[in-house]
Amino acid sequence: MNLTTDLKIIDQVATITLTGEIATNTAAIFQETIEQTAKQAIRKLILDMENLSYMSSAGLRVLVFAKQKMGSQVDIDITGASETIVSTLRTVGFHHSVNII
Amino acid sequence: MERIDIHPTHRYQTFKLRRGKPFPFGVTLVPFGVNFSIFSSHAKSCTLVLFEKHAAAPFAEIPFPDEFRLGNAFSMVVFDLDYENLEYGYRMDGEFNPEAGHWFDKTKILLDPYAKIIGGRDKWGIAPNWQDIYQHRARIAFDDFDWEDDRPLEIPAQDLIIYEMHVRGFTQHPSSGVKHQGTFAGISEKIPYLKELGINAIELMPIYEFDEFENSRIHPETGELLVNYWGYSPVGFFAPKAGYASTGKWGMQVDELKTLIKDLHRVGIEVILDVVFNHTAEGNERGPTISFRGLDNKTYYMLTPEGYYFNFSGTGNTLNCNNPIVRNLVLDCLRYWASEYHIDGFRFDLATILGRDPWGKPLSNPPLLESLAFDPILAKCKLIAEAWDAGGLYQVGSFPAFGRWSEWNGKYRDRIRKFLKGDEGCVGEMAQRIQGSPDLYAHSGRLPTTSINFITAHDGFTLADLFSYNDKHNHDNGEHNQDGGNDNYSWNCGAEGWTDDANILNLRQRLMKNAIALLIVSQGVPMILMGDEIGRSQQGNNNAYCHDTQLNWLDWQLLDKNAELFHFFKTCIAFRHAHSALRNAAHFHHTDRMNSGYADISWHGTKAWSADWSNSSRVLAFLLCGKHAQDDYIYVAMNMHYCPLDFELPGLPSGLEWHIFANTGCPHPHDIWQLGKEPLLENQTGILVGDRSIVILVGK
Repeated sequence: MNLTTDLKIIDQVATITLTGEIATNTAAIFQETIEQTAKQAIRKLILDMENLSYMSSAGLRVLVFAKQKMGSQVDIDITGASETIVSTLRTVGFHHSVNII
Repeated sequence: MERIDIHPTHRYQTFKLRRGKPFPFGVTLVPFGVNFSIFSSHAKSCTLVLFEKHAAAPFAEIPFPDEFRLGNAFSMVVFDLDYENLEYGYRMDGEFNPEAGHWFDKTKILLDPYAKIIGGRDKWGIAPNWQDIYQHRARIAFDDFDWEDDRPLEIPAQDLIIYEMHVRGFTQHPSSGVKHQGTFAGISEKIPYLKELGINAIELMPIYEFDEFENSRIHPETGELLVNYWGYSPVGFFAPKAGYASTGKWGMQVDELKTLIKDLHRVGIEVILDVVFNHTAEGNERGPTISFRGLDNKTYYMLTPEGYYFNFSGTGNTLNCNNPIVRNLVLDCLRYWASEYHIDGFRFDLATILGRDPWGKPLSNPPLLESLAFDPILAKCKLIAEAWDAGGLYQVGSFPAFGRWSEWNGKYRDRIRKFLKGDEGCVGEMAQRIQGSPDLYAHSGRLPTTSINFITAHDGFTLADLFSYNDKHNHDNGEHNQDGGNDNYSWNCGAEGWTDDANILNLRQRLMKNAIALLIVSQGVPMILMGDEIGRSQQGNNNAYCHDTQLNWLDWQLLDKNAELFHFFKTCIAFRHAHSALRNAAHFHHTDRMNSGYADISWHGTKAWSADWSNSSRVLAFLLCGKHAQDDYIYVAMNMHYCPLDFELPGLPSGLEWHIFANTGCPHPHDIWQLGKEPLLENQTGILVGDRSIVILVGK
């Protein structure tokens, strides 16, 4: 399974739509998109995970990277994530750093 | 332009290599590669073995070129590895000569002693594939957890109330109601309960990677699979147990444990780890070769002149803690837990072994204990010794402390137990134990907080069993009831085990209340065993190390069943937090230094100002002067006689009156009162204290 990312920025709000799986072999694609986003002046990042079926620890590491790259001024929202992904995010404590919607 | 330090200088098959950095040992991520470094003083050569995660066979075996060995360290950078999906081990080649202490065998794949994540037992209780050529697999951890502003809490030792806990046992019972039963995440879900109880530190029984299937066996009579449930048998010192994490199956145990610690810190609860540096899971000559035995047996283990393993731990081998290499390993390990996991303290299992020389002789100034005491990273960590070992070395009161070490006070446990069951000849020593054992510690300048006061711990009877059984009942352990201690100082109150006799049940309840009451009014650091606050029983088993069953799991239905006991416990704990008189940082002087008309502590009996120190006495009372403690006055009367007795009360300074906080002789709800709502004592000059009862008064 592959990962595709789609980045849109409207009014300083960046939305990355993730489709597929984030695993070791696809995490780099996600990271590249985050780096690209971080170069823009944005105030909010929305990660749309509605079409994301799986996220491994490698994906979580990219979320950590995103948080560090964006800094505290940029809010990160996660939308549409499956129950499994939300549960994992909570269990490993990431819910303190992002907004899970 | 390519940086010179990330330029490969060697090739082996398709792998690009470079000489590695010897320090730190273990694995370090470097630009575009992974630095591997491992020690062996006697190996002739070393080979790095690489697996894809869960793979049956390695995808590569890369010998360390001779020029990559510096001294006794083999170090190498391997470039372009998919390190998220990697497992690694080592083969060491050298002499196989057990009589000389050498067990090199290049057919074995060895675990890195510095491994930060260990796979192979990813989910608790899943039977391993014993045919796997590499059972415990080193993986690479990442130090990218978002701690925010968290750091160790540094709660003053005298303010601590420790709760000893087994990770799995705390929430595995179906009645726990948590989503992630038996895991770190499960504990997180129960934080509100811990807060309600009022403890401010949890002491986790071993949480590094161990193998629950070590020596597993079927009990011939019960058919139960007996396992290594407690976990006092390390496979890897640096890696949290995957089977204790709900996310262990995804290799995310590091993040889950850190989240638990962060959550606990957020509500003011410290985390103390029970660490086992006295032995490893490799056992004796017949045990498996997992790591140390194959890496450098003669360095890591204490050996007899004939090459056999010394067994001061009672488990087959003894780690050679005062060898400089092992000493550094222990220090590196504790620094890692303190810095990477924000651990607040450590309790050292069979800690006297850490003070033995390589031949087992106790050292007067053990270098390891000194190093730990003065280490800058560990400077604010609590260091707690279990100051005895299976080789007969008992150092309660004399553990080499270097001004830092505290001790599980086994003498406190034993004397309190004897006193509680009404033994004669206890009163004199009781006075010492209540004061933080100055007889053991004051002469060497050690503070009351040196004494970790406990009546029960994982090792031995639970509190409910302490007053329900005269003898141990360990038949289900499959060792013909030969295991477990016989010196329990317990009392069944008239019936062995279960009974429906209301008088016996009432007495047991009262004795449990007496126990917690004594614990919270004793100077030092109180420690409570998980579940004692709701009357958890192990059915008389005082060594339940091998049962992954409801015998060990905390039954949360007891919270309703024993609500009265829970209420008593949590109110006692709140009382201790509220009264600094119970939490002295220094020993009493037994004099009036505040011109209050009272000594800081004074002793009484049924007659005020006149304690009965005779051998037949079962009665003792004491008064803590409020002016010395900048607190209320506190008076405690203990009647362990089988008859009720009138106690004459010492008078209070003008304007103050006695109020009653606790009276274990009274039925609920008059056994204990909420803070600030303690009723005025009608008779200010005396009180009748029931048989086997304790009264606590507050003068305000």
